[in-house]
Amino acid sequence: MLESYVPVLILGVISVGFAFVTLALSHLIGERKPTEEKLIPYECGNVPIGTARERFPVKFYIIAMLFIIFDVEVAFMFPWAVLYENLGMLGLIEMLIFVLILMLGLAYVWGKGALEWE
Amino acid sequence: MSPNAIVFVVIKILVIFALVMLVVAYLTLLERKILAHMQIRLGPMFAGPHGILQPIADGIKLFFKEDIITKEADKLFYFLSPALSIIPTLMIFAVIPFGDQTTLWGLLKEPVKLSITELNIGLLYVFAMGGIATYGIVFGGWAQNNKYSLLGGVRAAAQLISYEVAFTLSVFGVILLAGSLNLVEIVDKQKNMWYIVYQPVGFILFLIASVAELKRTPFDLPEAESELVAGFHADYSSMKFAMFFMAEYASIIVCSCIGTVLFLGGWHGPSFLPPFVWYMLKVFVLMYVIIWLRATYPRLRYDQLMKFGWKVMIPLGFVNIFATAIVLILVK
Repeated sequence: MLESYVPVLILGVISVGFAFVTLALSHLIGERKPTEEKLIPYECGNVPIGTARERFPVKFYIIAMLFIIFDVEVAFMFPWAVLYENLGMLGLIEMLIFVLILMLGLAYVWGKGALEWE
Repeated sequence: MSPNAIVFVVIKILVIFALVMLVVAYLTLLERKILAHMQIRLGPMFAGPHGILQPIADGIKLFFKEDIITKEADKLFYFLSPALSIIPTLMIFAVIPFGDQTTLWGLLKEPVKLSITELNIGLLYVFAMGGIATYGIVFGGWAQNNKYSLLGGVRAAAQLISYEVAFTLSVFGVILLAGSLNLVEIVDKQKNMWYIVYQPVGFILFLIASVAELKRTPFDLPEAESELVAGFHADYSSMKFAMFFMAEYASIIVCSCIGTVLFLGGWHGPSFLPPFVWYMLKVFVLMYVIIWLRATYPRLRYDQLMKFGWKVMIPLGFVNIFATAIVLILVK
């Protein structure tokens, strides 16, 4: 069975090769005439104010945490969905309980207003 | 694997690679033409008849363009991120089946499978690779030290992870019906009836979530031209810029192929056309719909986007899964 992954590996090598060779060739071939102004980050023609390495609103952090919870949940659901025929009623009830707990979490987050963007 | 088999696989990969690159190139022209005609314009007309050589001209131009690296950019990630966004997208093509089996009209002695390989976790592999492609955009947005691209990159991160959950949830109905993650098996199970008939809600969720994952209108906030200039690739030029675009168009092909395989019955269709033609026809219909959306809908606001993802898409996805599961038990 492991043999069917060999083509994936070969495709990976070819894709990596394609991407880096194209980037490198274009970088080497393309003419370069850097000037002081050209190397300034684009900010609608103004001289940039401050740096872009800034802190970001905590909203994004909460969304990222929510994502981890839900993505792990979804990962648990893959084997369940594949084997659903064999699991039958018991599988359905177990998964319902599992998802219900997480849905309660979502309802709590929703009620707390973490999903609002003001 | 024997050396012969490996050579054969390499040939198959190169053929599919060339095909994908060709479709990527001409998808750009197709998009410009479709949008132009929807707006009563002609679109590219100068390079060749009806602009047929335009993608080639664009490609050559971008390849020889000056490669600008701004002063305070993080060089490593600046170089890495275009590659990081295209490599996973190209690798998804390893599992996508383009048809059943063929002997190329009797040219080959044994029938050949029209996919690079067949994994029994095919669908999971697609989602895993699709997830990696997000990094390219986030790193790229951060590496340029440009405020617009940073905003674009952070927006992309929040948007892509929000809709990734909905994207994955939308296909569970199909997995429940097929009982397999193998894409070829899923298509085989649809011989009599396409899954879009059993999973209309799933298909709509899939279409919306895939447009969001592709960062296309009405979900194109990471690169919103009117507010973020070009978003996460604002300071990119030359081939690096082109590579982000190749990744985007290759992802459109991937999403259309997956949609065809999961919901539209893959290569099955009335026998007056060969399976491969049916398959391509369905893929092009989906690609057309994705382009069509761009000409139709205005961009969402950011809070609307997040609200829609978390409060509509995800609950609806769960409802769809359990409705399917309960109906499956009742039918049995």
